[in-house]
Amino acid sequence: MAPIPKSHPMADLTSPEALISANGLTKTFPSPRGTLTALDNITFSLKEGSITGLIGPDGAGKTTLMRLLAGLLLPDSGEIRIMGNNPSRDPLSVQGSIGYMPQKFGLYEDLSVQENLDLYADLQGVPRNRRKELYAPLLSMTALSPFGKRLAGQLSGGMKQKLGVACSLVHQPPILLLDEPTVGVDPVSRRELWEILRKLVRESRSTLFVSTSYLDEAERCDEILILYNGKILGSGTPESFRKEVAGHGYRAETPGQSPRIVEPTLSLLPGVVDTVLEGSTIRIVMGGDTPPTFSESLGEIILKSVPPRFEDAFMSRIKKITNATPKLISIDRLYPRQSRNKNNKNGSPYAIEVENLVRDFGSFRAVDNLSFHVRKGEVFGLLGANGAGKTTTFRILSGLLAPTGGKLVVAGENVRRAAAHARQSIGYMAQKFSLYSQLTVFQNLTFYSSAYGLSGTQQKEKIQDSLIFFELEPYRNVSSGILPLGFRQRLALSCALIHEPSILFLDEPTSGVDPNARREFWHIINALATVGVSVLVTTHFMEEAEYCDRLLIMAQGALLAMGSPSEIKEKTKSPRIPDPSLEDAFVSLLSDFKKTQGDQK
Amino acid sequence: MQRLLRILRLVQKEFLALLRDKKSRMVLIVPPTVQLLVFSYAATFDLNNISYAVWNEDTGRYSRQLLARFSGSPNFKLAGTITHEQEVAPLMNNRKVLLVIHIRSDFSRNLLSSTPAMVEVLLDGRQSNTAMILLGYVETIVSNYTTEIASERGIPPPIAPITLRAWYNPNLKSRWFIVPGIVGLLTLVVTLLVTALSVAREREEGTFDQLLVTPLTPFDIILGKVLPGFAIGMVEATGIIVLAVLIFHIPLRGSVGALYLGLFLFILSGLGVGLMISSLVSTQQQGLLGAFLFLVPSIILSGFATPIANMPTFIQNLTLLNPLRYFMVILREVFLQGAGVSILLPEYAALLAIGVSALLLAGYFFRRKLG
Repeated sequence: MAPIPKSHPMADLTSPEALISANGLTKTFPSPRGTLTALDNITFSLKEGSITGLIGPDGAGKTTLMRLLAGLLLPDSGEIRIMGNNPSRDPLSVQGSIGYMPQKFGLYEDLSVQENLDLYADLQGVPRNRRKELYAPLLSMTALSPFGKRLAGQLSGGMKQKLGVACSLVHQPPILLLDEPTVGVDPVSRRELWEILRKLVRESRSTLFVSTSYLDEAERCDEILILYNGKILGSGTPESFRKEVAGHGYRAETPGQSPRIVEPTLSLLPGVVDTVLEGSTIRIVMGGDTPPTFSESLGEIILKSVPPRFEDAFMSRIKKITNATPKLISIDRLYPRQSRNKNNKNGSPYAIEVENLVRDFGSFRAVDNLSFHVRKGEVFGLLGANGAGKTTTFRILSGLLAPTGGKLVVAGENVRRAAAHARQSIGYMAQKFSLYSQLTVFQNLTFYSSAYGLSGTQQKEKIQDSLIFFELEPYRNVSSGILPLGFRQRLALSCALIHEPSILFLDEPTSGVDPNARREFWHIINALATVGVSVLVTTHFMEEAEYCDRLLIMAQGALLAMGSPSEIKEKTKSPRIPDPSLEDAFVSLLSDFKKTQGDQK
Repeated sequence: MQRLLRILRLVQKEFLALLRDKKSRMVLIVPPTVQLLVFSYAATFDLNNISYAVWNEDTGRYSRQLLARFSGSPNFKLAGTITHEQEVAPLMNNRKVLLVIHIRSDFSRNLLSSTPAMVEVLLDGRQSNTAMILLGYVETIVSNYTTEIASERGIPPPIAPITLRAWYNPNLKSRWFIVPGIVGLLTLVVTLLVTALSVAREREEGTFDQLLVTPLTPFDIILGKVLPGFAIGMVEATGIIVLAVLIFHIPLRGSVGALYLGLFLFILSGLGVGLMISSLVSTQQQGLLGAFLFLVPSIILSGFATPIANMPTFIQNLTLLNPLRYFMVILREVFLQGAGVSILLPEYAALLAIGVSALLLAGYFFRRKLG
């Protein structure tokens, strides 16, 4: 197949027809819980030469829509037009004009960067004499030129995604479909990836359709399409969304009180649409122009108006369609008082003490002389770029990996000596759902509570309380593998908490989760922290980092920065960025680090 | 007590995970049943329906009498009569016949004049095993006939006739030889698969990490995998033994206790190997490959089909490590010979040694992987 010359789509542009359009698209899948409607009567069109973001949580139908456009699935009803062709009827007609990068892009890990590019060029039938000139801009744009001989399997997560983009661009398609290219990628690489996409649109007038579950990425798009439960919840430019909620956003400071305690009460005030922790402050979004009013009992609250952002509009829209009545949660049943006293039994103010931690893999030092302390009742975040050693540290602390050297005390126990004993006081929730999917909700709870030594009536009561607290009672006898996404996450948390641990380990717990569910989740975590449970979170996700009391940023296995989110933001304040976001701070810290590393070399 | 309860829950979880999943339920039930039926009905060394051709140049009555013995046998089936040597090759080459019986024109005359008469047998040597067995059949028929005409004509029979009596399997039925072997084979397949895949599946689903962060010790976790494997192996083996006795009418002459002691020790070593595989692999696919890497040689080197005594010395020494080898002996001796515990002590000891060291090695690999 000959490559599509760049001038090709011009013929269609003069016609009134859009580059990509979908009309009344519906797609259902059979599932164990009856028919699942992945897409429900979707109609939209994409503007040529722009980036359109497909925004929505996991399970919204993003991947289904991408696969329909790429001609890999057939719609139940409705029609797709791509440059005048219909991919459902004739998939080959569109495949030359689109590049599709699925969520898990098929890089051959045992081939080098160059060999991967060659392979995709072969598959797309790119003539050999043109390859050199085509590769050059791709490699320089993705900064992969120095790594041509490196095996794809040895690249970092961010570099793999960049190579994926390069491979899907090798035949110069006028349209590029990218399915969650930034998932699992650290903020620095994520920013670089978006710069690549931006450059692509600027230089070759390509049309990009990019799906993501990160709401902050919506602001980087020209156009936004919100997908929620298989329906389109809105579309427009980021400004149009921001305009909707202009003047609705506030930032509240609560001197004298932990925002963690005040925030749940604020979220229930009349007119409040959304509240979210941002370091030591609370961001409040109102349903209208009137500012919130606080009763005296809440103590002193200093309110400042803040510029609107896309997420505020997103939450306002969701609030309108979901009529869930918010309620104040109480964890008294979940965490009876006696266990709180138990947590404070030993005298040390620290839940986790790490001194000079070292871990080697062969000759590679993954964790290099790391020291930090986590206080009781603290929410502590472990951040870092891909490969910085935070996963290794996290696994050592949770007892899944033995350290090479250093002192490690978790819940008053030396992990290297009394690992099994220390594990009794920790709860662990992996990023991926990792409970027995064949077992029912009740069977999972029974098993994990037994594993932690619960038995008899105590166990029965505990399971019942968990079922009620997490609203899992209706799903009691449902296999956990077929639970709806949000409920699976609740079950994972309830299993991690079943033995009332004093320390909770969370690995990117709400990545991709419905923002409503994320807020619910963090309400519970915050409530746990206020009764003295320590929480260790590792994440790429700046919104989760904002929930932490203190953050530790790692680079090349060592400590790069430590402090509260506001302290870290303060550190990177500059004339160029007077009010940096946490992501700005993170990126600038890491790029400074890279610079000094380069200078030393 | 508390610990016992935890392990009990682990076992319960293992069964639930196995039995609630349709796919693993099928794996436990369908392949063993199919294999039992296929092996028992199809894998036999007895030859039936042997198609043969006759090239008879003799016109006397002796050749007719001899040939009548072939056509009258239930094992032989006459496929044709030929008259020229040129006709032999096409019949053989096209696998129309396995055997051509050639009787020369002087056969009857020689017999009458008491000179040795010749019967020529042409065999398809491409299947050497079959040819050898076939030759045995032909020899039996011919020698029976010779003895008969000798006594008929008052000539003394050969001076030292051999009387054949096969002990324990008087009719030398190969099914009696094969079906007890299948009990061992299928038990090994099931125990190996259950253990080799279960840890790998937990690794794939992430539940293994979740298990490791609980206060359960690696020993508890291994025990939680071993016990269900034990139960499943025992149940499957019992099912196959019952079918062997009821459907295939294999005599179970020895003591059931001796059989189950052997089964117990054999499953122990099967589980040890399975766990060792699962401690080394990280995906189910690797686990499956690992299991087959062990299964195929251990079946070939067990004496299930071909005798170990025929193998080169080096390979014979290798079979000493193979648990299936010992269990084959136990199965056949208990089923056919009626052996009891005392005669099988060396086999029990070998199985115990293999089982315990495999489990210890598995435990060591688990610990190392965690470290």
